[in-house]
Parts: sequence; C-alpha cells; structure tokens
Amino acid sequence: MSGLEDLYREIILDHYRSPRNRGELESPPAIKVEGFNPLCGDEIIIFLSTKDGVIEDIKISGQGCSISQSSASMMSAAIKGKTFAQARELIDYFKQMMSVHESRLDQNTTPDGQSIDAPENQLDLDSIGELAALQGVVKFPVRIKCATLAWNTLTQGLDESKSTER
Amino acid sequence: MDNNNYAHVAVKGNEAPKPTANVGEHIDTDKIKEDFPILSRDQNGERIYYLDSASSSQKPIQVIQAMGNYYASTHANVHRGVYTIAEEATRLYENARIAAGRLIGAAHPEREIVFTKNVTEAINLVAYTWGRANLSRGDVVLLSEIEHHANFVPWLMLAEEKGVELRYIPMDKTYNLDLSNLVQLSAGAKLIAVTAASNVLGSITDISKISDVAKQVGARLLVDGAQFVPHRLTDVKSIDADFYGYTGHKLLGPTGIGILYAKQELLEEMPPFLGGGEMIADVRLDGFSTTDIPWKFEAGTPPIAEAIGLHAAIDYLEQVGLDKIAAHEKSLTVYAIGALTDHFGKDITIFGPEPSDSKDRAGVVSFKFADIHPHDVAQVLNEYNVCVRAGHHCAKPLMRCLHVPATTRASFYLYNDEEDVNALIHALEQVKKMFG
Ligand SMILES: Cc1ncc(COP(=O)(O)O)c(C=O)c1O
Repeated sequence: MSGLEDLYREIILDHYRSPRNRGELESPPAIKVEGFNPLCGDEIIIFLSTKDGVIEDIKISGQGCSISQSSASMMSAAIKGKTFAQARELIDYFKQMMSVHESRLDQNTTPDGQSIDAPENQLDLDSIGELAALQGVVKFPVRIKCATLAWNTLTQGLDESKSTER
Repeated sequence: MDNNNYAHVAVKGNEAPKPTANVGEHIDTDKIKEDFPILSRDQNGERIYYLDSASSSQKPIQVIQAMGNYYASTHANVHRGVYTIAEEATRLYENARIAAGRLIGAAHPEREIVFTKNVTEAINLVAYTWGRANLSRGDVVLLSEIEHHANFVPWLMLAEEKGVELRYIPMDKTYNLDLSNLVQLSAGAKLIAVTAASNVLGSITDISKISDVAKQVGARLLVDGAQFVPHRLTDVKSIDADFYGYTGHKLLGPTGIGILYAKQELLEEMPPFLGGGEMIADVRLDGFSTTDIPWKFEAGTPPIAEAIGLHAAIDYLEQVGLDKIAAHEKSLTVYAIGALTDHFGKDITIFGPEPSDSKDRAGVVSFKFADIHPHDVAQVLNEYNVCVRAGHHCAKPLMRCLHVPATTRASFYLYNDEEDVNALIHALEQVKKMFG
C-alpha cells in the first residue's frame, strides 16, 4: 500500500470524522467566502469574525473529500484567535509545505534547497504539528488542490476583511 | 469544387490488422484484452482494472498501428499535393469520413460529416454557426437537466449573448428523462438538444419520442451521441436527427477527433465556423468565398492521423459487432449492480435506472457511500489498480438534482468482464474498512 497510510493518517481521518469549528456565522457582520475545487466538487465556505486585525472566530461549512475537509478543520483550529499577520504566515508555511518535493520532505527544504522557515510569531505548536500530517499529500499531486483549498479560500477572506475593516 | 471531392475514391493501402475476437456469439474478453496492450501493463506487479471507459476508452493495437503505419508510410498534408503520398493521405482521410458517417447511418457521409477536435467542438460549431444565424432573443432552446457541460455551456453562452431562452427536460425518479410534459416544454422551441445516453446515470434517452415532438413543433434536433455511438447501433435517419455529434476517443479511437453529422441542407446554409486555409474557395484582398461542404467547416490542416485511427476503431467495432458489445455490457452491468447491492446493501446508493428487460441501460454505474467522499473512494481503489472516475463528471446541474457533490463511477466496455467487477468490489471493501 504505497504511501496510502501517509495520505490518510489517523489524525486526518479524525478531523474528517469530527471536524472542528463546523458551522456558520451570521453574515454580515461575519465575512463569508466560498472556495471550489472543480476537480472533485469540493466546496468550502469560511465564515470569519474579525476585530482589530484578529480572527476572533471562524466557522467552516461545505462538503468535500477527507483531505479538503480535514485540512479546513485543522486550519480553523490553528488560526482561531490569531492575528492576520500570524494567519498569513501560517498560510505561507502550509503552501510551502505543499510545494516541497517528496524526496526533500525529511530535510525540510524546498526543491531549490532553501529551508522552510517555521512560523515565528509563537503559533500554537500543537496545531502546526497536526498540519504536518498533511505532508503525505504531496506524494499524490492531484490531491494537493484538495489540501490547499481551505487555505486559498482563507487568503481571499483575509483580503476581503482587510478592505472592510477600518 | 469537384476536384475537392475525394469521397468516391476507393480504399487503398494501410489495412489495419483484423480484431482477433470476431467469431462466436458472445464476446471473448480474454481474446479482446489481447488487442489492448495497456490492459496488461504492470502497475506495482499486477495488471490494471480499467473501469473508466465512459471518460475515455482504451485503444486496440489495430488503431495504434494504423496511426503508426500512416506516419511511417503515407504522411503528407491533405487536399493539396499532387504527389502520390499526398493523394494517398487525402484518400485515407476522406475514407475515414465515409466510415464515420456509415457508422451512424448518414445518407451522404461524404458531405454530411464534419471532423472536429471532439464532440464538445462539434456542439460548439452548431451553436456558433447555426445558432447565431437562426436564434434570436426569446427563441427557445430545450435541453435536459442531465446534459454534459459540453451540451450546456455553448447554449448558456448563446443565452447570454443573444437572449435565447433555455428550458430543461427534467429527470424523473427512475433517473430517466421525464417526457410527460414534452409537448408543453417544446412549445416555441427552435432547437431541442439532448444526450442519447447519460455519462453519469447510464440512462438511455427515448430519442425517437423527442424527435416526434421536435417535428411536431418545428424544432431542429441535436443529439449528443458521445456515450451512445460507442456502445449501441446508431441510425441518424431513423431518428431524423438534424445534428448528431460523437467523439473518437470514447470509441476506441484516438483523442483529437470529433464527429459532427448534420443534414446536407443545413450545412449548405450554415455560415462557416473557423476561418483559414482549407475552408475557402477564393480569397481576395477584400473578401473570401467558402468552399463546399463539409470542408467549409474544416479550417486549417485537419487531424489526419486521428481520422485514420478513428477509421481503424470503427472497423474494429463493426467487426466485433455493436449488437454483441451491447449485450455484453448489459449483462456486465446487471452483474455489477447486483454485486454492489449484495455487498454493500443500504450503505451504497446507485444513481441510475434499475436494469430491466424492457428498457435499455448503458454500462455506466455511478454510486456513493453515505459518509465517504467519492474522491477518497477512487484514491483507495487506485491502490488496488482499479481505475474509476470520481467527481461531478462534467454534469454539475445533474449533481445538484441528485443532491450530491460528486459520485464514483465505474463504466464498462467490450474489454471488461466479471473479473474487473470483482476487483472493484474487493477494493471497495477495503475502502469501507478504512473509512467505515
Ligand atoms: C455525454 C457527453 N457529452 C460530451 C462529452 C465531451 O466529450 P469530449 O470531451 O470528447 O468533447 C462527454 C465526455 O465526457 C460526454 O460523456
């Protein structure tokens, strides 16, 4: 079973079966953003309640495969209560992780040999640790879009809330 | 332009090898499989179980060799050179046109068959040329809810551009088209455009009935035969279709070639599609005139090798026999649906008509487990070398009707057998273990 256990780690299946921060927030005032993955019909809806540059609350709805849904669930746990800057740093970290070539996974380097910086701003190490479980996805290139869907949608949400925040 | 009409020239050269399994009452899948090199390729020490022919079929060696032989011995541009290989290439290309028309019973294949890139382009061609010339604000085009995007989007584009009104034949509870209100729905329609068989449900459309209503209300009839022509005998005359499209790669042929049939008188009056070489009679600094049909609709160097590969595919299908292929697929579909229900009972939903003796059904089986996403199903199946499609199958409006984001789909062709279905069942049991 080449790599399948890497893809479907227990922690991923756990987030899929019992997703965190599932639900909706009233919008407005909450920001609502939708993302689609045309490949498999995944759909993610993110509700963000923000104040003074901090993500006070986040809810996720929509439906999709285990990878897209668990990635969204982990993301919500990791960024709730964080500042926009921290969230963006985590997005960068995650997307870098998704672009790392398989053979370099252990060395924490990108294909051109640069090392990936762990986020600096005292992010919750537990949730980063969980996110690492999604690293196995890079061995399944068509599924990378599933894993990054929530994160791209979040970027869109942060951009939108920035333009509405005073 | 008589010198442009190569249709009557006799077949010459490049005979493809005959299929090895064209004797007996039933299809011998072991023999057939030998013609398809990819079906014995190794993936992690075992063969693959290819259950995605509704997406694209595999190719027999006869098709692969016909294309290789052509490039090795006969390639030159068509309709141009006066030298021997150019004439031979032209003859082979035009012979492919005849074969593509003969397969669907066209009355004048030499004039009524236009080669395109795929069936998507064939439908777009109709929307772009006939549609733009004949449809205006308020005109009705009747489609169905179960169409492939290829038969939605060109009309949605026309609706946006011209204000054409789109209406839809709904699906009934048995996953067939509900034709009970067809006459009312068709009132004022200038075109009815429907699929002959659903790529998701396997349901087969009662085209004859739709055709009768189309004649009654004076609408033109376009049929998307992508999922039908590869699997059933087709006769455009008996259904009196005005436009009929199908696609080479789902029919054992190569990618890059689609087929549009249109009645001669319609092609004559339709404006051209793309402009360029091949489609003109004359070009001056201040204008151009178009050449005869069908070349008027084939601008630029056409897919020559692909047409030759398509011809070999059609020969292959005809030698095996489409009636035998249909019977084989039907019995395999009954077996598969039975096996899925026996093994997974209430856990599985199958989206498609119950197999029955009275109504034909295509070898396309879409299903879903309640709590497992189709994409995860397909991923685990791949671990067991089982190739199926997961997703919306380019039929998002239908997915909304079914209230699912996606399904997993297994589809059958002449080279599939019970062993393939058993491999599917076994792999699905592993899926259940993993996600259950
Ligand atoms: C019913 C139907 N129509 C149209 C198409 C489009 O075929 P192509 O991609 O070859 O144009 C397909 C293939 O997926 C189909 O199943």
